[in-house]
This record gives sequence, structure tokens and C-alpha cells, in this order.
Amino acid sequence: MNLAWRKTVNVIMLSLTGLCAAIAVSALFFILGYLVYHGGSDVDWNFFTKLPTPVGESGGGMANAIVGSGKLLLIAALIGVPIGLLGGIYLAEFGGKTVPFIVRYTADMLNGIPSIVIGIFAYAVAVMPVRHFSTVAGGFALGIMMIPIVLRSTEEFLNGVPRAMREGAMALGASKWRTISSVVLPAARNAIMTAILLSLARVAGETAPLLFTAFGNRFWSPGWGQPTASLPVMIFTYAVGPYDDWHRQAWAAGLVLLGLVLLVNILVRTVLARGISAQRS
Amino acid sequence: MATAPANVEAAGVRSSSRSLFNGDGVARIVTLIFALLTVVITGMIVVQLWVLSAESRHAFGWRFFWSQEWDPVFNKFGALPFIYGTLVTSAVGMLIAVPLGLGAAIFLAELAPRGISDFLTFLIDLLAAVPSVIYGLIGVFILVPLMRTEIQPCLKRTLGFLPLFTGPAYGIGFLTAGIVLAVMIVPFIISVSREVLLAVPREQREASLALGATRWEATWKAVVPYARTGIMGSVFLALARALGETMAVTMVVGNNPRIAASLLGPGYSIASVLANEFSEATGSMYVSALIELGLVLFLLTFIINGLARLLIVVTTQRGSGMAK
Repeated sequence: MNLAWRKTVNVIMLSLTGLCAAIAVSALFFILGYLVYHGGSDVDWNFFTKLPTPVGESGGGMANAIVGSGKLLLIAALIGVPIGLLGGIYLAEFGGKTVPFIVRYTADMLNGIPSIVIGIFAYAVAVMPVRHFSTVAGGFALGIMMIPIVLRSTEEFLNGVPRAMREGAMALGASKWRTISSVVLPAARNAIMTAILLSLARVAGETAPLLFTAFGNRFWSPGWGQPTASLPVMIFTYAVGPYDDWHRQAWAAGLVLLGLVLLVNILVRTVLARGISAQRS
Repeated sequence: MATAPANVEAAGVRSSSRSLFNGDGVARIVTLIFALLTVVITGMIVVQLWVLSAESRHAFGWRFFWSQEWDPVFNKFGALPFIYGTLVTSAVGMLIAVPLGLGAAIFLAELAPRGISDFLTFLIDLLAAVPSVIYGLIGVFILVPLMRTEIQPCLKRTLGFLPLFTGPAYGIGFLTAGIVLAVMIVPFIISVSREVLLAVPREQREASLALGATRWEATWKAVVPYARTGIMGSVFLALARALGETMAVTMVVGNNPRIAASLLGPGYSIASVLANEFSEATGSMYVSALIELGLVLFLLTFIINGLARLLIVVTTQRGSGMAK
């Protein structure tokens, strides 16, 4: 192995790693570019305000799917945030040894369960007993998926609050709960909000658990007990359907969904996260 | 961090009589209940999968795993083609994603200046946030036609002597699903591996550079082996994702329960058959067989995730031990 050869290998391999990074990053721009190219022209006022039209008629929109996704996310937040947040507070502030270990372990396990399996569970618990698909069942499935994310990040961020702040409050005579609620939680508020928003953005794009819980609906879904359309399921149905018109709508819906998810991610990671690092330093 | 809970517990015992009055006891119990809800829900998932698949488990026993028959009309159900499809698509995905992800992680951790590395990692994190149905959309309309007209004919011309690349070029199939999976799991491999590589002590690099190693030799022979266990952990995490991935695979794999050597033909996977057939399944045996497939998928990902966490825990503990 002479030096020239080793230097050549060095240059080749290092450029290859750069190429790998370039390929991985460019995937994001390819995806975004294709969505804008194919879907951009179909995202108009109608898309946000009209119902889907029957096959063959052009025009129409996905207003019901957008509202449906909103309703699903609301239910998901109502389930995922309290359990995750309060559970996380327990892990970080009250926990002993055994219980937190078990909770952490099962939360990681829950996080690893494929979303379609969560869908089966929601089907078994919330669809089978009442014998019809419903918005609540879909939101329930998404809520379960939120729990481990919110739980573990709440714990992590609460642990990041400096001990001195707790001790200061305690020294002033505050009880433990008083300390947590008026000193520790406000200090970690931005970070926890970040985690909640990111988990919402993550479940907003979930399709698999909705296929047999919220199902789909070509019309407005009245109330909470009926099946509802949602953006991800609409994208799936329209993309695998046989009509050109559907494909165009699928691209438009994909652009809207990805736009929302990326917007939340970018805003949260830059604006809120900057606040966090400023606080810590 | 490790000492805090012990102190808290001691304090809790001392003041347990008073704590009910100032709300501490209540807060403790309420938060404990919510924490335990996580355990209860996870437990219920396992129990439901087990109970609801009972009919199918009793009817087919272990035969379920090697029977190829999937016939809802005559209530004959076998999981082999689906398990095969899940494993093959994931294997193809890993074959592409592991070198790509590791290469990118090395670049981000070892070569790129910190600012650029952080920015690129931010973009990679965004890539991880892209919903899987969007990957499916791109797969169906962009990748499948490209595979049919360009890549698959090219593979057949050059590597057609291998049984892996024979048969007509449909565009859809194991290979296409594997490529989509690769793009989906690469962000996980990159971000975890980068963290692990960044945690390798400087001395490890400096020592080998001082001995006259080139930058690449130092990275490949000193830094990467040091971080090996953590990288394996990231690979297993990504594998668990790939096994359970539903939408993108469903949209490009072809949905045909088939076992064949060729990667070009259509296949099926556990998650896709659940996505396609569960809401339309009639008859309790059909539903039960599908839920048993869900149970199989759960167990697969559970084992792989367990291995991943074990490996990552081992690395981080060894890492911190050496740092002291």
C-alpha cells in the first residue's frame, strides 16, 4: 500500500460519503419539487371550500377531508396530550425506580408498534362494539400514537430544567406541586409545546390507522360518531384510483398535506427551538 | 439526574401525612394514573391482538406460517407470502439504505463543517417528517413508470443472468417497494448514526491521524468501529420501521401474494394486506386471520426494536464509561 494509492482511496471514499449525503438531502427537494410541479396548479380556492365531485365531473375540492383531519387531530390531542404530559410529569418529578422503568419501557414499545397494528387495536376497541366506523375511533388511534412521543419529550425537557430553580421555589416554601406547576412547567413550556406540535404534525400524515377506523366519506361528516374523510386517506384512495381527475386531486392534496407538515416542522424547529436554547443559555 | 428521584422519594415518605393537604399527594396519584395509562393501553393492544386472533390460531396452528394459501372464500389462510414479502422488501430497503445512510452520516459527522452539517441534518429531519402516503404518491406516479421504462429493462440487460432480475418489467414489485422504503428509512439511520459518530472521543481520531493514517483510514478503522454498536442500533431501528411501513409499500408493491425469486415481479406484505383487506373482510375467520397477521407484525417489530434499544443502551453506557 503506497502513499499515492492510500491518498487516492482517501479522496474517493470521502467524496462518496459526500455523494451519499447529497443524495439523501436531494430526496427532500425531489419530493417537494414533484408535488409543486404536479399539484401546484390544482391547489386553489375550490380545493379548500368544495366537496369532492362525483367521478367524471371536474372541479371540486377536499374541504370535508381538511375539516375531517382537523377533527381527528383534535381528538388525538385530547387523548395524547393529557396522558403524555401528566405521565411525563410523573416520570420526571415523582417517579421512583420501578414504575418509571416500566412506563418508559412500554412507551418505547408503543412507539415502535407499526401504525397499522394500532389501527387494528382502535378497530377492536372503538369500531367493533358499535359496528360502524367513526371519527372518534380514528382520533383514538392517532391519540395512542401521540402518547409515547409527548411522554418521553415531556420527561426529557422537565429533566432539563435546572435543579436550582426547583430548590429556589422550595426554599420559598412552595409545595412540590406548586413548584412544578408554577416554576418547572413554565420553564419547559416552549419545549413541551414544540414536542406536542411535532407529534401532531407526525400523526397528521398517518394513513394506515385511519383506513378502518375513520374510514372515509365523500360528504361532510356530521358530528363525531360517523366515518369521516381525512387528507391522507383521500390521497391514498385518489392515487390508487383509475381516474386522471383523481390523480390531479391526489397531487394537490399531497402538496397541501406536505406543506402543512413541513411548515409546522420548520416553524417549530426554528422559532420555538431558538427560544429554548436562549432560555437554557 | 439519577439522584433526583431517590431524594424525591425520601422526601415523599417523610411528608406523606402532610402532603395530602398541600396537594402533593393528589398530584402524585393523578400523574401516576396517567403514566400507568400508557402501560394499560400497550397491554390492551397485546391482549386484544392475542384474543382476537384466537380463532385463526386454533384453526391453523403453526401451519399458518408456512401455508401459501390465502383464500377468503374457503376460509383457508396462510401467511407465508406476506411474511416473505415483508422480509424481502425490507431487505432490499436495508441493502440500499445502510450504505447510503452510513456514508451520509460519516460525511455529516466527520467532514462537513459544523454549521453545514447542522443545516443538512435539519433537512434530513424534515425528510423524516414526510408522511408515508406522500412517498407512496411519488412512488406510484414517478418511480413506478421510471422503473418500468428505464431501470428494470436496464437491470435485465446487465444482470438478467441472475434469477433476481428476470420476468417482465411491471414497474411495481419488491424492488420498487424496497427503493421507496430505503428513502424512507435513510433519515433514521443518518440522524442516529451521526449522533453516535459525534460522540466518539476526539482522541480516537487524533491517535490514528498521528500514526499517519489518512482521513478516511482514521474514520473507517478507528472511528466507525468505535461507534459500531450504536450504528447497528440505528440500523435495527430503521429495520423495524421498514417492516411495519404500510402505505408506501401498499401503493407500489403490486399486492399479489406471490413468492418468487425475481425482485421485479409484484408481491405483497403483511402491512399491505391489512391495509387493503381489513376494512372489507367479512366472516370472523377472515378477520381473525388478518389480526393474526397483525400479531406477527407486532412480534417482528417488537423483537427488532428490543435489539435496537439494547445495542444503543450498550453503546451509550460504554461511551460514558470511557469518558469518565
